[in-house]
Amino acid sequence: MTATTTDAPVLLRGATLPNGGSADVLVADGRVAAVDSCAADQSRDVETIDCAGLVLLPGLVDLHTHLRQPGKEDAETVETGTRAAAMGGFTSVHAMANSTPTADTAGVVEQVWRLGRASGWCDVHPVGAVTVGLAGQSLADLGAMADSQAKVRMFSDDGMCVHDAVLMRRALEYVKAFGGFVAQHAQEPTLTAGAQMNESELSGVLGLAGWPAVAEEAIIARDVLLAQHVESRLHICHVSTAGSVEIIRWAKERGIDVTAEVTPHHLLLTEELVRSYNPVFKVNPPLRRDEDVHALRAALADGTIDTVGTDHAPHTAETKQCEWTVAAMGMTGLETALPVVQEAMVETGLMDWAGVARVMSATPARIAGLEDQGNVEEDGTPVVGSVANLLLWDPAVRCVVDPATHTTKSRNSPYEGRELPGRTVHTFYRGRRVVADGVLAEPFRHAPVEEAR
Amino acid sequence: MRHLLSTVDLGYEDALAILDTAEEMAAVNEREVKKLPSLRGRTVVNLFLEDSTRTRISFEAAAKRLSADVINFSAKGSSVSKGESLKDTVQTLAAIGADAIVMRHWSSGAAQQLAESGWVDAAVVNAGDGTHAHPTQALLDAFTLRRRLAGSRGVDSTGTDLTGMRVVIVGDILHSRVARSNVWLLHTLGADVVVAAPPTLLPVGVGSWPCRVTYSLDEALAERPDAVMMLRVQAERMGGAFFPSAGEYTRSWGLTAERFALLDSRGGQVLQQPVVMHPGPMNRGLEICDAAADSPHNTVLEQVANGVSIRMAVLHLVLNNDPEA
Repeated sequence: MTATTTDAPVLLRGATLPNGGSADVLVADGRVAAVDSCAADQSRDVETIDCAGLVLLPGLVDLHTHLRQPGKEDAETVETGTRAAAMGGFTSVHAMANSTPTADTAGVVEQVWRLGRASGWCDVHPVGAVTVGLAGQSLADLGAMADSQAKVRMFSDDGMCVHDAVLMRRALEYVKAFGGFVAQHAQEPTLTAGAQMNESELSGVLGLAGWPAVAEEAIIARDVLLAQHVESRLHICHVSTAGSVEIIRWAKERGIDVTAEVTPHHLLLTEELVRSYNPVFKVNPPLRRDEDVHALRAALADGTIDTVGTDHAPHTAETKQCEWTVAAMGMTGLETALPVVQEAMVETGLMDWAGVARVMSATPARIAGLEDQGNVEEDGTPVVGSVANLLLWDPAVRCVVDPATHTTKSRNSPYEGRELPGRTVHTFYRGRRVVADGVLAEPFRHAPVEEAR
Repeated sequence: MRHLLSTVDLGYEDALAILDTAEEMAAVNEREVKKLPSLRGRTVVNLFLEDSTRTRISFEAAAKRLSADVINFSAKGSSVSKGESLKDTVQTLAAIGADAIVMRHWSSGAAQQLAESGWVDAAVVNAGDGTHAHPTQALLDAFTLRRRLAGSRGVDSTGTDLTGMRVVIVGDILHSRVARSNVWLLHTLGADVVVAAPPTLLPVGVGSWPCRVTYSLDEALAERPDAVMMLRVQAERMGGAFFPSAGEYTRSWGLTAERFALLDSRGGQVLQQPVVMHPGPMNRGLEICDAAADSPHNTVLEQVANGVSIRMAVLHLVLNNDPEA
């Protein structure tokens, strides 16, 4: 993609690399032009940004975002959601298919893709539905979505589980034709009918219908075996239990082509919060036990879980300020993802910044097949010549979360009142500084789309 | 006491204070003029978002005997289907001048949400929320048991608790707010509580509750309980979803004529005549036989009368709440 305007080169002086070193990084012509200690000498006349104390990360890539457009524009739009993404340090998001209408045709995915291009705050990759209307009955137009301008490769009925075993098998087989993969929302529906929270001692006391761990684990076990059988590629959305981690570890040891994601909230929050009956803590899959949180952190650190997906799920106030059992499920996450990962993974010593660059950018970019994202060396250093999708992160500040100040249109953040570390200072998207000094700046302007004949 | 939401967080002293106040209210209920001026000029709203005639009229009688103005607001179905949110409904009630909101709700946790929401200043009394809690039912059950116990010992019940009593709660523990509230309250008051149910009607984690658990009603009865509390079997639990058939349920977990005769003849730990309790309405022939339903040792009607005294006590206490206390 080419920009209609080319920004003047800028020099990021003295940024901290994920490997702990320090370097000057030159961004020119939308690319990382140089990464070294003498970049400054080559470019005396360029604009310089003092990056002392800031960690230079590749722009974050989210495989799991709900942008709500089309259909629920009162909760979020592509424009507001991608602004939030940029503020959170993301340069690429994957918009889940559970919009209204469902993103199950080429027309809808192209609409979302175009809205993303028009917004210009980050790449927007529509996720195609696996089944028509997410109904789990018949395959959606997988090939047409793959061939569309949106070039869909990731397919998911997220929000709903592809629970029919034959349909899941066929989907896994069919997407091989164009190098796609299926991202499964693992939730056995009959075990979770009416489920409100993790099934546990606490659900019994609170009188809320339980969502048992086995309902997730049984589907993951089935699907890794299906993926092995048909030699296809499977991704597991929002893994939430220690048992799921064990199954995925087992599958990877057997060489099964499976990848897995964990949400930030499942890395930090537990079911204990449900005691308040405050629906801001209602999410699917539900918040689990402390043991699960620690198993998920360990799995992310050791690579059993590949990536962090935000499952950013904006909801209007009226769908959250109501009785628990009828409240909407989901939490906003784009603007708090990296603070939570810093708190849960970096400050606990489980992961260094190179690890963060891996799980939040390089690996999800590889899973989704994105050429322009996550281009870093093993130690997290940006690859010279790659498209300049970059994040400059201040890990030293700590802020109390106030959802009213968030850029997303919705306010359903479970971290309200909680102090979290870190802050986006600058986000570079395709060389354009879309967030500057912690404030939204100008979006990138894509070249006009060539009309399909 | 600002609100009454559940019995899990109701301490021994508070529970005893409610029971003792209810004794004073019971004395009023035995007079010819059953009226106290305690809540004159105060407004109590009965907000019933789920069908319940018994509990509503009990609260209504209680509030009226304390001279409160009573407004009954009943609506079936969810706020969503009704088109008005709980927030809007209760703020409307607050604008009318509700000092206390007695709420029956289909959603677990709704009373706590209302109390903690900041939507209204009114005192909140939970009259049953989903499958979570029904604290006034548990209090009236405890009150009934305490009177029986004190009566058998020939002492005044005021100030006493349930130490030494063994109570078996039988049936659908999983979906029962009555069971949940009773397990904690009766335990707090010193009783030995046993729950007896088919495994499918026990919640995950019941082992951590302050009670013992058995799958065998016969084993529980062999331990000579002082009270057997039979829970109502809901029609929607039948049809093979939770147990194979009504007949099998009755055979294993019903208080049949044979079991009732055995209970009666064995005697209890502290009561010579064990009692049969039921929150009502009863399914005769399913969870309870005719003989047990009609026995003088069945406390169902006593429970109803005591319910008014307990609800008078609760309304009196939450509306004369001393924030310094």
